[in-house]
Amino acid sequence: MSFLIDSSIMITSQILFFGFGWLFFMRQLFKDYEVRQYVVQVIFSVTFAFSCTMFELIIFEILKVLNSSSRYFHWKMNLCVILLILVFMVPFYIGYFIVSNIRLLHKQRLLFSCLLWLTFMYFFWKLGDPFPILSPKHGILSIEQLISRVGVIGVTLMALLSGFGAVNCPYTYMSYFLRNVTDADILALERRLLQTMDMIISKKKRMAMTRRTMFQKGEVHNKPSGFWGMIKSVTTSAPGSENLTLIQQEVDALEELSRQLFLETADLYATKVQGKETKERIEYSKTFKGKYFNFLGYFFSIYCVWKIFMATINIVFDRVGKTDPVTRGIEITVNYLGIQFDVKFWSQHISFILVGIIIVTSIRGLLITLTKFFYAISSSKSSNVIVLLLAQIMGMYFVSSVLLIRMSMPLEYRTIITEVLGELQFNFYHRWFDVIFLVSALSSILFLYLAHKQAPEKHMAP
Amino acid sequence: MASLDRVKVLVLGDSGVGKSSLVHLLCQNQVLGNPSWTVGCSVDVRVHDYKEGTPEEKTYYIELWDVGGSVGSASSVKSTRAVFYNSVNGIILVHDLTNKKSSQNLYRWSLEALNRDLVPTGILVTNGDYDREQFADNQIPLLVIGTKLDQIHETKRHEVLTRTAFLAEDFNAEEINLDCTNPRYLAAGSSNAVKLSRFFDKVIEKRYFLREGNQIPGFPDRKRFGGGTLKSLHYD
Repeated sequence: MSFLIDSSIMITSQILFFGFGWLFFMRQLFKDYEVRQYVVQVIFSVTFAFSCTMFELIIFEILKVLNSSSRYFHWKMNLCVILLILVFMVPFYIGYFIVSNIRLLHKQRLLFSCLLWLTFMYFFWKLGDPFPILSPKHGILSIEQLISRVGVIGVTLMALLSGFGAVNCPYTYMSYFLRNVTDADILALERRLLQTMDMIISKKKRMAMTRRTMFQKGEVHNKPSGFWGMIKSVTTSAPGSENLTLIQQEVDALEELSRQLFLETADLYATKVQGKETKERIEYSKTFKGKYFNFLGYFFSIYCVWKIFMATINIVFDRVGKTDPVTRGIEITVNYLGIQFDVKFWSQHISFILVGIIIVTSIRGLLITLTKFFYAISSSKSSNVIVLLLAQIMGMYFVSSVLLIRMSMPLEYRTIITEVLGELQFNFYHRWFDVIFLVSALSSILFLYLAHKQAPEKHMAP
Repeated sequence: MASLDRVKVLVLGDSGVGKSSLVHLLCQNQVLGNPSWTVGCSVDVRVHDYKEGTPEEKTYYIELWDVGGSVGSASSVKSTRAVFYNSVNGIILVHDLTNKKSSQNLYRWSLEALNRDLVPTGILVTNGDYDREQFADNQIPLLVIGTKLDQIHETKRHEVLTRTAFLAEDFNAEEINLDCTNPRYLAAGSSNAVKLSRFFDKVIEKRYFLREGNQIPGFPDRKRFGGGTLKSLHYD
């Protein structure tokens, strides 16, 4: 009986998450595009729903809501469904939509998407070989095999994002004060851009007039296309068309220049907007609310630097944290500060709050990053593929969050995760996270340094 | 030959609707073989005979400025795009017949381009709300072009064309629906070619021949051109 009640609670919450994912998709991600294939929206919302359910189950574990056996059942079921989606459904649909975009292969879409999926599975499997993640006693098609590989990919992604975020946060905070772009710089660049456009236009005018006179004289200028066209154009060429190709080459070079200038102008505008925000921020920080956000900014910057430092220490001294922060914090308060309180009661609530914060911020952070990414790189042709890729990334990210969150929880709550996920080498994942985190942070530092040096100095008045 | 007079016409629309293909078709009378994503702005030039066939025939250069991007771009990209909207003589709004959102976004595109002219300072003002009043006294000729007509199934054609007719009416503009990969839609003598020619003539007229009386009192110009024609839904 209680199992039925528990299941209905779970299903209701899953439907709620599904609805939230659906709304997010419609309102945020796809607000400039038209949803023509509803399959994409469904898949995205389903992935989101099942990922959130996993987090919900962790919370239930800590708060001891629901029956323990029904929790275990739902864990297993949820895990199976998520793996099914991440390894079978989403990659297949990604392949299908990629193939649909290519006109040539339109007829045999299904065949080619199956081929793509098989290639994906092959590489996915090969991924597990160099990593010491499993004990060999597991069979081929067990959950542990799949989870371990998904975990590796997800942890890599998490570490990359965290590394970049950890470096970017203090950088953007500090760089508001460093780069100063004036209106005169922007105007100068815009003038150059318009001059380039004028040069392109005058050349195109010559080309258009040449084409018109050629057309009126009866010579038809056919652009050589294909293999035989190229061979023909070597032997026969009218003088008018030779002129045209020369001018066309000049135009191509100028157009490349205009694109460069456009991007640089956009970059300058972005810096200028940042500078304005900084000035406003300085004004705002005089108020009480402003001081509060200012403090948060400082706090997160320091926290990011501390994380990088800790990752280095972990790798250099070859240690993986044994106790979670909650228990350690309680130990410190009890032993050193002498405050006595009911350990069991408080550890449960504090770990709930801590884990809750971690979950919420990571979900929110991921959704915001995905949205920004989506706006930056998608176009109306590729939007389906990109959204599915994002759903895949999101699913893998959440699965590996579950793996890693185990470290932040006291021992008694870790057991369920260990039970459900099987005997994975959790220490390996933490080590791997630290390594990739450090690598990503260092390369972001290098990258930001180069970008900062190269871009604005060219255009700013000395 | 560069001493001919020129007019500047913007080609606006969402990414992927086919602006580059359209501009290539209009200027070089050829289908664009490998369309790629436009960064910034690409310009092409069409040689147009104003009042063709009459004694006042004169040749002009029409610059077609194909501005790439989407309405949802960051404000820095919008500010950069705004530099192309200076001294515009005509606007061609392009939308994809298979994509309703691209038609709806045309309102935002037109506001972005037109607001630029109304506000002389460097600040880009977009209120985001569509206001019919703004289009009532708009002096810049507009033309609405719908692309990918070949991808609309026969049965749905009537419904789609009714919708686009309303759209064009909102802008007080003519509309043309075609497929950019097929030059026969703009073949000489077809109704589409006539509409295009009329649009360019209107642009040239506004720029060069109505200088003296810029404020047109009473009934606006477009009533003479666009109000009398029957919105025919048959396309050859």
